[in-house]
Amino acid sequence: MWDNIKILIDAPLFTLDMVINGLLIGAVFALIAYGLALVWGVMNVKNLAQGDFVILGAYVAWTLFNWGIHPFFGVPVAFGVLWVLGWIVYKTVVYRVIEHDLFTSLLATFGVAIVLQQSMNLIFGSDEQTVSLGMESMSFFDNVVTIQPTRLIAFFAAILLAIAVITFMKRSRMGQAIRATSQNPRSARVMGIDTEKVYAFTYSLNAAICGAAGALVAVIWEFQPYIGLIFSIRSFVIVTAAGLGNLPGVIAAGLGMGVLEQTGAFVLGTQFQQAIVVGMLLVVLLVKLILASRHRQVVEQ
Amino acid sequence: MSHESIIEVENITKTFGGVVANKNVSLKVKKGGITGLIGPNGSGKTTLFNSIVGYHPIDGGSIRFMDKEISTYRVQEIARLGLLRTFQQTRIYGKMNCVENMLISIPLRKAGFLDMFAARDKEILERADRLLEFVGLYEKRWLRAGDLSFGQQKLLEFAMALMNEPTVLMLDEPTAGINPTLINGLIDRLKRANEEFGITLFVIEHNMRVIMNLAEHIYCLAHGKMLADGKPEEIQNDQRVIDAYLGAH
Amino acid sequence: MSALMNNKMAKIVFYAAILALGIFLPIWFPNYIGQLTVMWLMVIFALTWDILGGQMGYNSLGNIFFFGVGMYTTAMVQVGMFYDLAEYTSPAGGEIYTFNLTQYFSGMAVGYLVAGLICVVFAVVLGRLMFGLRGPYFAIGTLALATVVGELVSTWELVGGGSGMSMPNFPGEPAVSKAMFYAMMFALAIVTFLFLRWLYGTHFGLAINAIRDDEEKAEGMGIHTLRYKTVAWSIAAFFLGVAGAIYGNFNNFFEPIEVAFPTTTFGIFMVLMVLLGGKGTLWGPVIGAILFHIIKEVTWTYLLGWQWVALGLLIIITVVYFQQGIMGWLMDKKPTWFGIRVEGEKQRLGDMQ
Repeated sequence: MWDNIKILIDAPLFTLDMVINGLLIGAVFALIAYGLALVWGVMNVKNLAQGDFVILGAYVAWTLFNWGIHPFFGVPVAFGVLWVLGWIVYKTVVYRVIEHDLFTSLLATFGVAIVLQQSMNLIFGSDEQTVSLGMESMSFFDNVVTIQPTRLIAFFAAILLAIAVITFMKRSRMGQAIRATSQNPRSARVMGIDTEKVYAFTYSLNAAICGAAGALVAVIWEFQPYIGLIFSIRSFVIVTAAGLGNLPGVIAAGLGMGVLEQTGAFVLGTQFQQAIVVGMLLVVLLVKLILASRHRQVVEQ
Repeated sequence: MSHESIIEVENITKTFGGVVANKNVSLKVKKGGITGLIGPNGSGKTTLFNSIVGYHPIDGGSIRFMDKEISTYRVQEIARLGLLRTFQQTRIYGKMNCVENMLISIPLRKAGFLDMFAARDKEILERADRLLEFVGLYEKRWLRAGDLSFGQQKLLEFAMALMNEPTVLMLDEPTAGINPTLINGLIDRLKRANEEFGITLFVIEHNMRVIMNLAEHIYCLAHGKMLADGKPEEIQNDQRVIDAYLGAH
Repeated sequence: MSALMNNKMAKIVFYAAILALGIFLPIWFPNYIGQLTVMWLMVIFALTWDILGGQMGYNSLGNIFFFGVGMYTTAMVQVGMFYDLAEYTSPAGGEIYTFNLTQYFSGMAVGYLVAGLICVVFAVVLGRLMFGLRGPYFAIGTLALATVVGELVSTWELVGGGSGMSMPNFPGEPAVSKAMFYAMMFALAIVTFLFLRWLYGTHFGLAINAIRDDEEKAEGMGIHTLRYKTVAWSIAAFFLGVAGAIYGNFNNFFEPIEVAFPTTTFGIFMVLMVLLGGKGTLWGPVIGAILFHIIKEVTWTYLLGWQWVALGLLIIITVVYFQQGIMGWLMDKKPTWFGIRVEGEKQRLGDMQ
């Protein structure tokens, strides 16, 4: 491990490679985290099925690819498919647990996660899949810094998607309704906003965002039905670190996580990648705890 | 540091975000007496209480309880020192019955590790029964606390506080939401707790009749600052206090 | 109320029934002794989860951590006492390690004890970290803990890494070992139940209920909440650790993700069983566990590939529609059976005029 750290210090270009790659995938993380924060902020539901929505989106894109359709189209299709699924999940499960205590909603979404996970396993099998477009990596600085064009494309796609969603939230009526509801549902209702519709819309939107992100994940990574949980935990780490309602924080944390994961995987070994993500969650919670205890309080939500 | 004052608050300030809830507030609570805290809504009374019992940190100033500086102490430590408070929105243990609520409220100053596993003690049960009788809840003692009416829960909370044998009891609006015909009974019990059990009382009240009747010394807050203090007659006739209340409406 | 509904009678009948079941079921159904052993494991899972989840209001999704730690600890002790652990787990070995009777049982005795104690230590240390977290953060934090330890142990070559480890072979007839492990698990379930029955009747039981009902109030009354939380988790950890140790031997082989730290199976079953049976009660977890296990075993084979999907659905349905569980439902309908006194509505409105 120390040798690896030494390499990073001695070869700044190599570190640059880690950083750049980290940022590229971090954008996708940030996107997924944004969706989680949206649902969390609007209806106080911590969606443990987040990662599984992403993986499902990946499978959608992968299936299309197998039918000869280019993943470019996979993104909007996955968006649409997951929107519908999100709406179904909301109407059957989430809607009934919104008013209950937080553990109930957590457990309910965990149940959804298990259903999705296992269904995907049954339908698609547990082998690792990916969508390979066969593009050549681009290399700079004597092959020290290599960037896969797919990652670059995914990066920009994630940014475009994020911009689209944020603009929607700012400009459209529904977007404003969502923001009003997240601040104060009761006042929103008094103002004539149909909070039920807002909740359903928000949850579906989140699922759709995950689907689109999933289509991107299909292209840049390998995936299988069971890595959804790690994506969910990743998003939790980002949102917990950044805090709700802190969009720049979510972006920064997402990018930061990408970089940390890349470098961490290099320094400690790729078999620790999942452990790193979970480790980060514990660190973030610990830090929150220490900060809160200075103020005689506890980590509450 | 006078030993007559069991609580001494000196120049404390507390801000929440941009709002200054308490600014340079100072007061003294006389040992063994009944002190009142009044002020229009939003003047920072509950915030002051919260600061004293350790609910949140203060931005500046000092709080001394029995000559100990407690401004950095945590809620549990302060409670074990003998300073208890009741809540405006009465808090009891809803799923347990009244007797159990009492049993869990025994003083824990000297509780050791093995005391955690003590079986139910006959003496403690008898004491719980006596206190429940004192507040008039004896017949209802086996009901679940959550099933009691609001007024009954307030009485239970009071009984639980007494069970804990506090030195000082801070009550946040003890008569709020109570049927007017029952208020006299409550005032009577508060006075008895003070006289018979020797508990110092520090009471936030909105009901002027109650607090003028009960307290020996009254402090008045307005807009987060200490406005006036004195005996009930003085406060009643203090123009600033009258203005503060009129102005607030 | 008829004599049948008399509390004491009902209790004795119940206890006798369970005892009889425990003793006679494996005799009547010798082929199912393995599944019955697991059934009592489920009872232990449910009872230990309920200490935190039902009685204290802290929903842990990572209790399985202690199950796995107990398993690994006892393995390390049982093997390590007599052989070199690294060689035993090295992939190159094709040797068969034998344990004679004394080695086997002394290893087990020491191993089980150490397993329980190590888990207590973990509970105390981790409790300091975890108990500052409230509500869902505690759930997610504990889930993360159990997930990460599984991953980390997978990389630890000394205990076999991702391929896991096999336990010492029982020096005797397999039928004997099966009966032995059944008896051990059943006995542990009984001990756990009786211990908790005593515990909940002491001050401790009141304290953790108070923490559940209103932790801030409990703090405000001077209760040493962290002490109680840590001890509660340590108790759960101890029983889970020993259960893991027994299970490791019973299964004869284990690996980190599927057997020792299965967060998405046993880890979540715990919660489900308690919710089904009724959390915060003594018998709820027991009933929930037995019922769940029987239903699961019976339907698993018929559902073929879709059993996990059914599980997810079961979680959703229970959580959404049947939160109070069987005991909760019973207590609602017949509160007097359980010594809960209720009054008429008129009384409640008396104060408000």
